Amino acid sequence: MRFQFKTSYNQDIRLFKDRIDTSWYGLLAVAVLAVPLLMSDYYVGEATWVFIYAICGVSLMALVGYTGLVSLGHAAFLGIGAYAHAYFLQHGVPWVVSVALAVTITTASGIVVGLPALRMTGIYLTIATLAFGVIIQEVFSRWESVTHGFAGMPVEKPTIFGVPFHDEWAFYYLCLFFLVLVLWMTRNLLRSPTGRAWIAIRDSEIAAQSMGVNLAIYKSIAFAYSAGLMGLAGALFAHKIGYLAPDIFTILLSIQFLLLVIVGGLGSLHGAVFGAIFVALLPPLIAILRDSIPASMNEAAQAMNIKLLAIIGEGIGNFLKKPGVEAGIFGLILVLVILLEPLGMYGRWVKIRVFFSTFPMYRGATFKRQKSYMRSERLR
Amino acid sequence: MSFFSVDNLSINFGGIKAVDGVTFDVKKGEVFTIIGPNGAGKTTIFNLVSRIYQPTGGKLVFDGTDITNVPPHRIAALGIARTFQNIELFEHATLLQNLLLARHAHKKSNFFSELMFLPSVRQMELEHREAVEKAIDFLDLQQYRDSFIVNLPYGVRKVTELARALCTDPQLLLLDEPSSGLNVEETEDMAFWIQDIRTLLGITVLMVEHDMSLVSAVSDRVLALNYGRPLAMGTPGEVQSHPEVIRAYLGG
Repeated sequence: MRFQFKTSYNQDIRLFKDRIDTSWYGLLAVAVLAVPLLMSDYYVGEATWVFIYAICGVSLMALVGYTGLVSLGHAAFLGIGAYAHAYFLQHGVPWVVSVALAVTITTASGIVVGLPALRMTGIYLTIATLAFGVIIQEVFSRWESVTHGFAGMPVEKPTIFGVPFHDEWAFYYLCLFFLVLVLWMTRNLLRSPTGRAWIAIRDSEIAAQSMGVNLAIYKSIAFAYSAGLMGLAGALFAHKIGYLAPDIFTILLSIQFLLLVIVGGLGSLHGAVFGAIFVALLPPLIAILRDSIPASMNEAAQAMNIKLLAIIGEGIGNFLKKPGVEAGIFGLILVLVILLEPLGMYGRWVKIRVFFSTFPMYRGATFKRQKSYMRSERLR
Repeated sequence: MSFFSVDNLSINFGGIKAVDGVTFDVKKGEVFTIIGPNGAGKTTIFNLVSRIYQPTGGKLVFDGTDITNVPPHRIAALGIARTFQNIELFEHATLLQNLLLARHAHKKSNFFSELMFLPSVRQMELEHREAVEKAIDFLDLQQYRDSFIVNLPYGVRKVTELARALCTDPQLLLLDEPSSGLNVEETEDMAFWIQDIRTLLGITVLMVEHDMSLVSAVSDRVLALNYGRPLAMGTPGEVQSHPEVIRAYLGG
């Protein structure tokens, strides 16, 4: 077990806890940078999806995980960012300016949507954001002069300051750069007064207020920041998907984002990344299993001469081909996570770490949940 | 001019007059206690002072400024801090984060400098940390610094809330039942701390309390309320023996 010996207050502020921590993240950085050198374009493309989803995850984490405001309209922000970026690119705006404009527009729309958040709490706010998502989706399909409606809208490949980012690997590094930037900025906010104010609002609005937090301002900041990040993710998303249509940005996508932060673990940036890995890689995993399970079961059946195995394999393969299986599996996992691991993948990660760092002395009840009923009458 | 004065303060919830024409003033450096049976309007007065409720009548004057219409988030910066009857800590944050939040009213950074975590922000964070550590030392909370509030026992949470209120650098401290839920020993500690807060830190204390031993040990003056109306005011001894107060508590 390692004990951190603290000698200065700076140690509690810095990004990585100590040297060991820093070297682990260094290793991770090397591994992530090496992916395009070692893997095929298909896997690099999937990893790029993870990065884009991770930016969405951080965005929603700031709002849901830290400020405690649940939004079901984030696909709309993604769409606004994507369409704005594609539109500006079509009109010859330079890439960097176009992204900046897309982020500005989504930030502004985030403030507008955030305004009711100052009055509504809990489920009512969620419903309001849901309505916003539906309205914006309708706007995407009707405002044909800008979005081309259901005819769709092609998106150019990114070229930044004359440097083309057309290859999978180049775009991979671009997305990685933005993810690291977003993580760094969010971490900075979380270790300064803004982030603490968000956490305070999440845990007790009345106490936050009495300590000098202006609820209206900090809730608006949370909404604006979250929407802005979503706009950035939307710009990258537009390039990745290549062709925009209104039916991409549905409520299902919003639910998927919410699933991402819950499965990842609410209230941690690690959780946003873990959740992104899960949400982005589950569909390709299902696709791979769909083809490989029947084939390998068939092989096994022939090798062992048991016909039943082949039939089971065929059955699983057929089941996985059914429409809606993906959504069903997502739902099942969500239910299991909420029941078994409310802190999500990050919670599990922390437990595994504690297990190894305290190894022979690990106490089984370390993370046992206790029930407490301390807040009898809460002020609203 | 008194330090903090409440003038003819009233609030109605529908037809119920929760606080009805309460007038008192608190001198600088004293411990002033409000007592009364359940539902007398003690906590309501606190919520009026910390501006969570808007009074239907009356005036609140703090240090020469009329605060009757100041928004609640401006109260901390003026120098009024409070604790809550049913502990309102930020449960899923560490004790340190809880206390650092109390420095919010003294922050000088803006959003964009925080986004980049400029050296000025770091400097400010270190200064806040220094201030917070003073409160931690004062109330002996060192060992709980990095614990999450959810994992702390009730007694420690109560002290943490006191520490958080102190971290705002208040001139007037509102304590809503500081001893509720504490055992005898913890209550004695609380009494010592309240005395220290007054004598060492020079903070004026306005307190709501039921434990009469704590009230008589620390308070200079006591106000007894019933049904939102003042019954008696004076030293703890005077108020406790006042016939109206005895009748309010015991009936008859």
